[in-house]
Amino acid sequence: MATRQTRTLARFMMTPSVVLLLIWMIVPLAMTLWFSFQNYNLLMPANRSFAGFFNYIYFYTDPAFFQSIANTLAIVLGVLAITVIGGILLALLLDQPIFGQGIVRILIISPFFVMPPVAALVWKNMIMHPGYGVFADISRFLGLRPIDWFAQYPLLSIIIIVAWQWLPFATLILLTALQSLDEEQKEAAEMDGAGAVSRFIYIILPHLARAITVVILIETIFLLAVYAEILVTTNGGPGYASTNLAFLVYRTALLSYDIGGASAGGVIAVVLANIVALFLMRAVGKNLDR
Amino acid sequence: MARAVSSRRKTIVTIVAWVIAFVIFFPILYTVITSLKTEREAIDGISLIPSGTFENYVEVQAQRDYWKPFTNSVIISIGSTLIGLVIAIPAAWAMAFSPTKRTKDILMWMLSTKMMPAVGVLVPLYLLFRDTGLLDTRLGLTIVLTLVNLPIIVWMLYTYFREIPGEILEAARMDGASLMKEIVYVLTPMAVPGIASTLLLNIILAWNESFWTIRLTAANAAPLTAFIASFSSPQGLFWAKLSAASTLAIAPILIMGWFSQKQLVRGLTFGAVK
Repeated sequence: MATRQTRTLARFMMTPSVVLLLIWMIVPLAMTLWFSFQNYNLLMPANRSFAGFFNYIYFYTDPAFFQSIANTLAIVLGVLAITVIGGILLALLLDQPIFGQGIVRILIISPFFVMPPVAALVWKNMIMHPGYGVFADISRFLGLRPIDWFAQYPLLSIIIIVAWQWLPFATLILLTALQSLDEEQKEAAEMDGAGAVSRFIYIILPHLARAITVVILIETIFLLAVYAEILVTTNGGPGYASTNLAFLVYRTALLSYDIGGASAGGVIAVVLANIVALFLMRAVGKNLDR
Repeated sequence: MARAVSSRRKTIVTIVAWVIAFVIFFPILYTVITSLKTEREAIDGISLIPSGTFENYVEVQAQRDYWKPFTNSVIISIGSTLIGLVIAIPAAWAMAFSPTKRTKDILMWMLSTKMMPAVGVLVPLYLLFRDTGLLDTRLGLTIVLTLVNLPIIVWMLYTYFREIPGEILEAARMDGASLMKEIVYVLTPMAVPGIASTLLLNIILAWNESFWTIRLTAANAAPLTAFIASFSSPQGLFWAKLSAASTLAIAPILIMGWFSQKQLVRGLTFGAVK
């Protein structure tokens, strides 16, 4: 269909997007790479020199580094587990006939539209606060001692808040996928005597596979970069207990003014994200082909 | 008999669903309720009935000039989305109607740029912005958010455009329609719903973006995300006022979100789930 003329035109039309994204990707990344081999502190900008791999070694031998990677993985995997499993269960529930289904859907999807700083501050001050929070009120009502969530379980607290934000997303996507499942297929299986569990395993789950893959891909992109939730609740602490890699790089760059060290951390973050991306993109690429 | 059982089942499922929905929605509901309480009531145990004062809303504007970050949020989110659309529409149009062997690779590559963690480029961007005077300006933030969301805009438009039947365009061309006419009379009417959905979803994403908006702004260009985050320190506002500021910050997007559930699914799954 495409003549040579339209093909030239098509290329011309794609140029701005492609060029802009190329610049956006390459220029800052090249600069990060360059800085990562420099001794460069914003407090002493005159003392710039070549550092070799010093920044990497420094970052690598920092005990906070491994903790931050473990925390990053804990946040990604913890939130994925809660939202995917919870999302499947909620989608199955909402797929049944319900009075007022539209309103229930609106209530459940709402947390997704709450900006991260608001979500985190509301949970911090009004839900999880050891003195005045709703959880504390409930504990006292039950005769238990209130938990100081952000001091005792900082990482878990952040996982709960982030999961609250992403559960609606998973539920909505999975519910939409579920509703496209052929009713007749379900009925036929039922008539053949398939129980609820085997219907779920052999019909519903395979049908949801593609939607689940997409949910995991999208959530992973955002979960690797959780930042505001940590900033306004624990500020990475106590110690480094709730610092993820993104937060560690920010701390190094803008609190210690260590441009070289932060850049090395940034390069490591990019490499890790790319390893994850490689697997995910392959899975999604396969799943998106029709 | 069978009907009685199924209606009982429906009642049980309904109750369970409403309870879960209430629990999930509770933090938002409680924020709105707290915003209508006095500061004393706010820390005085759970109570779902506020005294109904609007004073907090007045105070937030009076003490902290709420309209400034609000205006910043509006300008930055709408601005970055519109610029993104202008850049992305031609690209998505070309990919949908004149696909080549490489189209799919380009789309996947664009998506992969979203995979790059923001912290990987925080340092150079911060320094570039500082040296060019873009730090803490609405223009700087608009540029960054345009680039951050461009891949999603292209992808979304592509999935919508691809569903427009190419034969209609060919028929118009056969009838002697020029390229301009083809775009104005044939393509635009069919593309408008897709463009509108993309617009809506991207305003939501840009409004809630909370890394660049916090890190690249200070007093001047700070949108609502940065404004609210500044309350994390204990010397910030009290809870009732914080709740009022929070309610105002999330209300417009919450309402937009309720109307865009379908588009959200499509847009964020790149057309894989509809």
